[in-house]
Amino acid sequence: MMTETLRTRVWPVVAVLIVIIALWYVAALFMNRSVAVNEAELKGENLTSSELWMKSFTLKKPLLPTPDQIGVEIWKTTAEMKVTSKRSLVYHAWVTLSATLLGFAIGTATGILLAVGIVHNKAMDKSLMPWVIASQTIPILAVAPMLIVVLNAIGISGLLPKALISTYLSFFPVVVGMVKGLRSPEVIQLDLMHTYNANKTQIFWKLRFPASVPFLFASLKVGVAISLIGAIVGELPTGAVAGLGARLLSGSYYGQTIQIWSALFVSAFLAGALVFAVGATERVVNRLMGVKPEARV
Amino acid sequence: MAENQSSVVSAKNLGLTFQTNDGPVVALTGVNLEVKKGDFVSFIGPSGCGKTTFLRAIADLEKATEGELRVNGTTPEDARKNRAYGYVFQAAALYPWRTIEKNIALPLEIMGYSAQEQQARIARTMELVNLTGFEKKFPWQLSGGMQQRASIARALAFDADLLLMDEPFGALDEIVRDHLNQQLLELWARTNKTICFVTHSIPEAVYLSTKIVVMSPRPGRVTDIIESTLPRERPLDIRETPEFLAIAHRVREGLAAGHSYDD
Repeated sequence: MMTETLRTRVWPVVAVLIVIIALWYVAALFMNRSVAVNEAELKGENLTSSELWMKSFTLKKPLLPTPDQIGVEIWKTTAEMKVTSKRSLVYHAWVTLSATLLGFAIGTATGILLAVGIVHNKAMDKSLMPWVIASQTIPILAVAPMLIVVLNAIGISGLLPKALISTYLSFFPVVVGMVKGLRSPEVIQLDLMHTYNANKTQIFWKLRFPASVPFLFASLKVGVAISLIGAIVGELPTGAVAGLGARLLSGSYYGQTIQIWSALFVSAFLAGALVFAVGATERVVNRLMGVKPEARV
Repeated sequence: MAENQSSVVSAKNLGLTFQTNDGPVVALTGVNLEVKKGDFVSFIGPSGCGKTTFLRAIADLEKATEGELRVNGTTPEDARKNRAYGYVFQAAALYPWRTIEKNIALPLEIMGYSAQEQQARIARTMELVNLTGFEKKFPWQLSGGMQQRASIARALAFDADLLLMDEPFGALDEIVRDHLNQQLLELWARTNKTICFVTHSIPEAVYLSTKIVVMSPRPGRVTDIIESTLPRERPLDIRETPEFLAIAHRVREGLAAGHSYDD
């Protein structure tokens, strides 16, 4: 059983990872070589090719940092640093994460409420959906600064404006998924409710909502990942001093590629953890709702 | 007056026309029928003869466009609001996220029975359809026949006197079907319910019914109403008696007559 999962699930992932890392070192060598050569010339050093090789992998400001450089940087800024430090990536990740979670919560609630309205109200069905779709055609990079400036002008600053950008992105998949989910009951299941003379509230809680749960989780997985992106984007235009977005920005100001890449990796890790958390919740809910095991994802 | 009281379903010159994109489709026309309390009435005919439409009209799932239809002496809508009938669909239509007992509890929850009353009724109806012991199972853990029995239990749970069944065993194999037919007859004898049963199987209709309504399509209408002469007590091998075969023959003739449009 154990070796089986190792063979079918762990090994393929590890194999791909090894290939990626190998390609990465090759790419780092080619990209950083010229920088290393320039640096050596500047210092008047005469390097053998193996020394040049080593130098390409250990530059302070490489074009492409190597995985080990990023790993060391992440280790130094997380495990070896107090979380309260302004240089700690844990601190920055938490700043971004809190905005993400708040925005995700508001976005999910908004999305569900809109979907309930669209499904139950003909006028909302006809009028709202085009606007919902239009909202996502506007680039978030254009909306984010305006939203933050406007909110600042009316005295709202800090966590909420960033969270609202997450909301703006994450409500969309929830609306689309939930409209589909709430409409997913079969005619026969609805007819059954009709024969019981059930009212709309009963039909919603006993049929539409439970039927929509698989759709909800699919939407939440997308929603939570783009919530994180929303929070990071929200940190960029404001010159925020904290958060993963701020780390990315300051890293690019000072050419600190290693810092950029480690912030990038931490945000990727965070996104993965968030999606995993939604997936784990889904598995628990599936078990409670008696989903057939092979149908479980 | 006594006669009026015992009439459960009464159709007078009933017609139902669907408005479709291809123009009106006459699903039912000129249907006259009386179903008395305690009857077991089968509706048989080829697809398109309106047998399901008629059942759905009784259940207020479709509205008749002509004539008059009374259920328990009231309009179908009022009968539905009084929860006068339990409906068993072609598919079990169990809610997959509910256990079997919770599925049976569904109408009880909607109708506001107390938790204690719900428990008592779940236990009683599950016993009635021989499903005791499967309370905590989810629908996918049961066979098709068991699922359909659970859906019958669900229709029985709130004590409606009228049971409307739309080809409930149509998707099951013949062995399971025989077995369920027998159980249905037992259940009918024990509960004294009125049952309207849609089927496309001649032996099934003859075996189960006190009254067989033969229907034909285009437009959907009743071609023959046969009062069964078989006794109420019916072992499976009654199906080989001459009496049974004679009724089956008459049903077949009625069906063939309805098909004359094919020529």
